[in-house]
Amino acid sequence: MAPVLQVEHLKKIFFSDAGEELTAVNDVSFAVHAGEKVAIIGESGSGKTTVARLVTRLSDVTEGRIVLMGKDITRASGRKLRGAYANMQMVFQSPAESFDPRCTLGDGIAECLRNFGRSRKEAEQETLRLLRVCGLAADFAGRYPHEASGGQCQRAAIARAIALKPKLLILDEATSALDVTVQAEILALLTQLQREFSLAYLFICHDIALVQDFCDRVLVMHEGRVVEEGASEEVIRRPKQAYTKRLIDSVL
Amino acid sequence: MSEVTVRVQKVRTASLKRKLIFFGALAGLLVAASFFSSYLCPWDPYEQNLALAKAAPSADHLLGTDRYGRDMLSRVIAGSYTSILSTLLLVAFISVFGSIAGIFCAWSGKRLDTLVMRLADMFLAFPGLVFALAVAAVLGGGVQNAIFALAAISWPKYARLARSQTLAQQELPYMQAARMAGCGTLGLIRRHVVPNIAGPILVTAMLDIGTMMMELAGLSFLGLGAKPPIPEWGSMMSDTRNLLATHPWVTLAPGFAIFVSVMIFNLLGDTVRDWLDPKNRR
Repeated sequence: MAPVLQVEHLKKIFFSDAGEELTAVNDVSFAVHAGEKVAIIGESGSGKTTVARLVTRLSDVTEGRIVLMGKDITRASGRKLRGAYANMQMVFQSPAESFDPRCTLGDGIAECLRNFGRSRKEAEQETLRLLRVCGLAADFAGRYPHEASGGQCQRAAIARAIALKPKLLILDEATSALDVTVQAEILALLTQLQREFSLAYLFICHDIALVQDFCDRVLVMHEGRVVEEGASEEVIRRPKQAYTKRLIDSVL
Repeated sequence: MSEVTVRVQKVRTASLKRKLIFFGALAGLLVAASFFSSYLCPWDPYEQNLALAKAAPSADHLLGTDRYGRDMLSRVIAGSYTSILSTLLLVAFISVFGSIAGIFCAWSGKRLDTLVMRLADMFLAFPGLVFALAVAAVLGGGVQNAIFALAAISWPKYARLARSQTLAQQELPYMQAARMAGCGTLGLIRRHVVPNIAGPILVTAMLDIGTMMMELAGLSFLGLGAKPPIPEWGSMMSDTRNLLATHPWVTLAPGFAIFVSVMIFNLLGDTVRDWLDPKNRR
């Protein structure tokens, strides 16, 4: 079966105002299959968040190819890109800031449904259902982001992300801003959702223990390149590359 | 301890709300009065009666009469129509169009952004009233041209503000989330950018009403605004300034009107700013 997401030779070069080049992502290739949980780990500045931004097309790709569900979305824009977002959604690092401070959480979730052609009434009902699926009471639909805790906001953000029934969910440090117990709850929710909707996860993370528990496969990034790839147990227990060893030793 | 803080906060919010209602009502009254000024004048503001010229305030003419015997109270009331409504029109115009230019800059490519912003810098660097004088001199006097001249030099402030606010919003994760939720550029601007940047722009506009009223009156005072016999506060003061020593009421009445309305709008602007400050919210 074709992978949900196929990334080939992805490259991103940033240009500073002084004209200097910075290669943030260099020749990165990987694939995510249906229902798979793939993690990208690496230190800060290794380019893992840039990969997430490139895959979601929030940043323009310098070189390479991104294929989502068999469609090349490397240069997609407008309607085509919007179509891609029906299959791919992202959960952001900062829970409260991923919602418009002047809109309620319910509005944020319903907006997504409305943009994809649901009527106002349908969107409202669906929003309540999604909140329930993500373990939030119906009254959260009427709350503003600053009236909910980080964990609650993140649940709402997950509800928004699964609203369009995507096949791929990208989690950019989605649990880093939460404390340990809330983190465990969110992970439990993600596991449950994966079983229900056969979601694939691309998990951008720097918490190695969490990756070991949660993910099937792991990519280790260093200075913009993938230095090691493999089953997460295997890579974390028996790292082959010197960098991976150092990264793991520094944590465990 | 925390209980005490909460109560202080509550009291402050409550008194802020009272202040807002108070100044809002005053400003509303002023605008309403200027709008219906033609019904409020006790005398015809254009009717000359040389027999009564330069009469001191009396029961018949509460603020006296000017050198042509026109009732000063009626002229001040009729003048509010020109002064206040044109100021509001001017501020509404520059805040809306300046903001649109700013949002457009933030969204457009680097080249266009740079071009518009350097143009804005040029307007900002130019001494305002001098530029307005030049424009008014080229286009001729008249209220319309004075408004146009002031609009030409005042929009950059709003363009800069809207641009920087929009750029700041663009960086926030919720914008990316909204983009991924399928919002097009226009949808993003309408639903997310505008509501989030409206606060600071509204406050600037409110505080600008006073300044613009002064500048408009200033232009009229210099003879580049309203043409006589149209009553306008600035030109009324200018017309009668040589009577200040002998018949002070003809100059003081429009001057006081400017003073009071500028103060009301400034205080309202201050209060709105405090009100929109997130620290003063629950």
